[in-house]
Amino acid sequence: MLKNSDRIFTNLYGTKDWRLKGAEKRGDWEKTAGFIKKGQEWIINEVIASGLRGRGGAGFPTGRKWTFMPKDDGVTPRYLIINADESEPGTCKDRDILRNEPHKLIEGALLSGFAIGSHTGYIYIRGEFYREAEILETAIAEAYEAKLLGKNAAGSGWDFDLYVHRGAGAYICGEETALLESLEGRKGMPRLKPPFPAVIGLYGCPTIVNNVESIAVVPTILRRGAAWFAGIGTPDNTGTKIFCISGHVNTPCNVEEAMGIPLKELIEKHAGGVRGGWNNLLAVIPGGSSVPLIPKEICDTVLMDFTSLANVKSGLGTAGVIVMDKSTDIIRAIARLSKFYMHESCGQCTPCREGTGWMWRMLMRLAEGKGVSEDIDKLLDVTYEVEGHTICALGDAAAWPIQGLIRHFRPEIERRL
Amino acid sequence: MPKLIIDDQEIEVENGVTVLQAAEMLGIEIPVFCYHPKLSIAGNCRMCLVQMEKSPKPIASCAMPATEGMVIHTQTPMVKKARQGVLEFLLINHPLDCPICDQGGECDLQDITMAYGGDSSRFGLNKRAVPDKDLGPLIETAMNRCIHCTRCIRFANEIAGVPELGATGRGEHMEIGTYIEKAITSELSGNMIDICPVGALTSKPYSFQGRPWELSSTPSVDVFDAVGCAIRIDTRGREVMRILPRQSFQINEDWISDKSRFAYDGLKYQRLDRPYAKGKDGRLHPVSWDEAFNVIADHFQHLPGDHIAAIVGDMVDTEAIVALKDLMNAIGSPHIDCRQDGSKIGYGPRSSYLFNTTIAGIEKADFCLLIGTNPRWEAPLINARIRKNYLNTGLSVALLGAPHELGYPVEHLGDDPLIFEKILKGRHPISAALKSAKFPMLILGQGALKRNDAEVILGLAHKIADKYNIVHQSDPWNGFNILHSAASRVGALDLGFLPGPQGYGVSEILKGAAQKKIEAVYLLGADDIDVSSLESTFVVYQGHHGDRGASVADVVLPGSAYTEKSGTYVNTEGRVQRSFKAVSPPGEAKEDWKIIRALSDHLGFELPYDSLNDVRARLVEVNSLFDELDTIQKASWEDFGKEGTVLSEPFKATIDNFYMTDSISRHSVTMAKCAQEIQGDEQRNQIHEK
Amino acid sequence: MKKSVTHYETFEFSEKNKKKLTDILTRYPEGRQASAILPLFELAQRQCGGWLPGSAIEKITQMLGLPVIRGYEVATFYTMFNLKPVGKYHLQVCGTTPCMLRGSEDLKAACQKKLSIGLGETTKDGLFTLSEVECIGACVNAPVVQINDDFYEDLTKESFIKLLDDLKEGKKVKAGSVIGRQGSAPEKKGDHAQE
Repeated sequence: MLKNSDRIFTNLYGTKDWRLKGAEKRGDWEKTAGFIKKGQEWIINEVIASGLRGRGGAGFPTGRKWTFMPKDDGVTPRYLIINADESEPGTCKDRDILRNEPHKLIEGALLSGFAIGSHTGYIYIRGEFYREAEILETAIAEAYEAKLLGKNAAGSGWDFDLYVHRGAGAYICGEETALLESLEGRKGMPRLKPPFPAVIGLYGCPTIVNNVESIAVVPTILRRGAAWFAGIGTPDNTGTKIFCISGHVNTPCNVEEAMGIPLKELIEKHAGGVRGGWNNLLAVIPGGSSVPLIPKEICDTVLMDFTSLANVKSGLGTAGVIVMDKSTDIIRAIARLSKFYMHESCGQCTPCREGTGWMWRMLMRLAEGKGVSEDIDKLLDVTYEVEGHTICALGDAAAWPIQGLIRHFRPEIERRL
Repeated sequence: MPKLIIDDQEIEVENGVTVLQAAEMLGIEIPVFCYHPKLSIAGNCRMCLVQMEKSPKPIASCAMPATEGMVIHTQTPMVKKARQGVLEFLLINHPLDCPICDQGGECDLQDITMAYGGDSSRFGLNKRAVPDKDLGPLIETAMNRCIHCTRCIRFANEIAGVPELGATGRGEHMEIGTYIEKAITSELSGNMIDICPVGALTSKPYSFQGRPWELSSTPSVDVFDAVGCAIRIDTRGREVMRILPRQSFQINEDWISDKSRFAYDGLKYQRLDRPYAKGKDGRLHPVSWDEAFNVIADHFQHLPGDHIAAIVGDMVDTEAIVALKDLMNAIGSPHIDCRQDGSKIGYGPRSSYLFNTTIAGIEKADFCLLIGTNPRWEAPLINARIRKNYLNTGLSVALLGAPHELGYPVEHLGDDPLIFEKILKGRHPISAALKSAKFPMLILGQGALKRNDAEVILGLAHKIADKYNIVHQSDPWNGFNILHSAASRVGALDLGFLPGPQGYGVSEILKGAAQKKIEAVYLLGADDIDVSSLESTFVVYQGHHGDRGASVADVVLPGSAYTEKSGTYVNTEGRVQRSFKAVSPPGEAKEDWKIIRALSDHLGFELPYDSLNDVRARLVEVNSLFDELDTIQKASWEDFGKEGTVLSEPFKATIDNFYMTDSISRHSVTMAKCAQEIQGDEQRNQIHEK
Repeated sequence: MKKSVTHYETFEFSEKNKKKLTDILTRYPEGRQASAILPLFELAQRQCGGWLPGSAIEKITQMLGLPVIRGYEVATFYTMFNLKPVGKYHLQVCGTTPCMLRGSEDLKAACQKKLSIGLGETTKDGLFTLSEVECIGACVNAPVVQINDDFYEDLTKESFIKLLDDLKEGKKVKAGSVIGRQGSAPEKKGDHAQE
């Protein structure tokens, strides 16, 4: 279990003051200018050395992403975008950072912005987080007031402006290029890649899009050293991570833990255990709705990190752990996710626009016992026709939960035919 | 210059070429729906997925730039499966109404499904129902059939420059439509029907009229303006069923205007299908060809040659023009003119009346000055090229003349012709822009050339061209352009169908008629003159419609419309083009040169040609340019224009109703609807804004 | 759901909102003011009492130099724009799996019964509109209902009905966890380590 002293988010639950004064007491904004004076390369190297992998779901190494920016020509603006469009079902970690630790995020934005040579950052926050956006705006205003943002931010010699941009209800805007489209004032329809945002991003300029949690841990990594962060977790899955444990547990909660903690330990130590005891567990979706579920046998032993979960054909994703006990109608539970993807499909490309609705309707028929035996393979085949054939990963995300369901619960589906 | 391998064949391509284009070069077919070579890349249909080595997922070949060392496979099981999947998805909500769909037989979705699709449907649920949209009198919609390729949206945004279409809603509820249901306010809207890969957007006038396999196609040339768009005339029996564009990179790319496409129903109404002559009661009575010719011969015999005049209209083929010219020569009349609109040019060197830059050449320009022209209505496809350049390079355009929305930003300098002099003297703010441009072009329209000071304007334009390096000495750039709006005009000028020494132009002919100096007038398809001044003159009208000219005629000779004869036309660039006869003229009507040839017998001056080939040989004899088809003969830059004072009278618009400009479109029901719904709307809006 | 525009006579930003509007526009670089479309639509919706009339879409797109169809696309794409009037309290019940597992379907059913309205409908007194929304990002406090700008968390059928009664009676209600949890912290103080 993670030691209290190793926690980054010491105000995760909002028991303390989120404002600048309180944040400073907890160590935020300490030595910020000093890090900047060490140079861009130093920051990037520290982040690379820490082994930090993106906390938005894909797990791409954050420091390496930063190195994809083209050389600064001194003319073209460069942008840092912080993705606070937290909408993945099962995930509510960024919300806590936004409302309880806004200054970690703002300080992280300045440091990361400097590292990639950016003078302007936008925080794209989902529209539903109205109160969180209010807090964030207030915290940013405090930071400007204290000269931590703006010209010569935090006395570092680097100019950095940070703005909040609210979304308006579209899961797809969490996809980085859809986010950019939305930020430019259009529908959130993902762009074709290549080109990647690092080269052609916001307003056609080099842009880095990072998750809230990825950015918010940067100041602590720099303060405590890459080695400290890399020493937590396992070699490919370093550091701490906020887990969200929802569903059929006794005390659902968010908790910051070490990467690689056993799933069983996570649920039992922090979420009060599965409702009705561990043996009452049916399955867990370990990384937000987009990853395939894992049945109890796997949950018994699996570790919560990118590598271990990939090995069992699932994923760490956003670390949104959705727990389902034996009372769950597992087909309906997954069908509800399919409905979510249908609702959130942007409609741009064929397989996702047409496939998400078809998959949901087929799954509902199976849940209602109206299916016939060919339907299962047909449904599975349709998931493969969607997967990998779309512009963005929403198609994959819609296909995987169904594939996981059929992989592990085929007998249950067959029982209802 | 990356090298890549597609299906085991190596190819080297230019930078920026996509995998799809590279495959096309190798003759490898990749099916597409959303991709269109003239539109931006959307990459949304996913039909063009191919396998790329080292990529776990198939890639969209339309959007993927070819890079060095790429290895692509287009025929693997992975690709086959992806294609089948996409087609299955497109079809689950696509109605099975092919038997009653106008696109049937020429539908990309049908064709591609036949070639790449599965053999049966696995979809057992209800299909989605989408309300149809009202897009005006030209485009019929069946939105259930829409596959959301967004070609129409991109066409409206990019080519037409009228961002009125969009995709609203999201996911499976996404629909193509407008903000408030209304007609698309573009003269190019019909092209959306062509680019729609399914039957969602079809032609309203052609709705349920025919099947593609019943039609015969004839390549032809459009005559509704002087652009000379390449068209295809689709006929069934003796009827023109529809008109579509042919691809022509040099002229109209893939597009034609709505008038070119839809005015053909005008060919069915108010046609002159037999000869008529005025009886003693002052009314026209049907007569035989011989009787008609005899009436003419009787009249002409008593007149001195210089009391007879001839005017050529805007849609006439050069074969008829040269025949009429030869006839008038034989009669001994110098009073011939082809400039019904009163334009004052045509005597100078060829470069003084051509669109020298060429249409494709517009894309190279870096500054464009429009003078007395509204290219959107006078030449929609030239306007589309200007817009294309604006989209590609941000071309700056300035307009001196009556203001009009052109579909791209235009700096309006006013309509005062004196500004033109200021520009020459370098005293106008726009002079600096002209000076700094490397490939500047100016376009003089008929609004500047119909004026009494047209030759002075022309002279000024020449000086401006010289001063601002509009015509280059070192390279072939010639930015000096005349924009004609009559299909017959350049051909007639090339044949010298202009008043000879002591000859009268159109206005003098009309004046002369009132003063009895002119006692007979031969109107060859000429309807757009003030015919009221000919009421007491002996008028022969030869043409295809009972329009303005025929209303004052003493003898009517029924000719052929452009679809009914093989003709040669010269477009505003000076390009000689041939059309082919698609249908026969109605009733007793005949091809125009033949009528003139037959009349010449009756007048006792037998014209020396008996076949189309003979007439065409005569064309070449008069001007050797007619020997060079489909090419541009560069016109040399010489002196032209006059010194003098520019009149202060402002430049005026020449067309006030795009949809009704000639004897065919004036009789088209479709064009009448457009005039009412589209142009009416736009004018109301403009008034509202004021 | 299919959305279509409802028309409204005219729309003008209020004086107070005109100031906000200026501030919003300065967040984006010169020539990129189209970026402001979401914030401006939101501002207009707030001013109009929770819905976005066609006249506001027209006004704002015109202001930003965009064709009106682009604004219409945006307004119909994002679920938070209501193109028809909504009640004083817009009850947005999260229905996605984490909330569903903890009883959101009961909340929906109870609410429909209590208010006699279906999804997407408004009560006759104009007080409540009921919608089912997708995951609103408070899964560890499921089930969650967003009412206007605030989240109400850890609900049960009973506590939700009580909340509705309180709102109807005009009582002040406290946002957040209805069972008094501190944010996303676990409910019972057990042997969990994080504070």
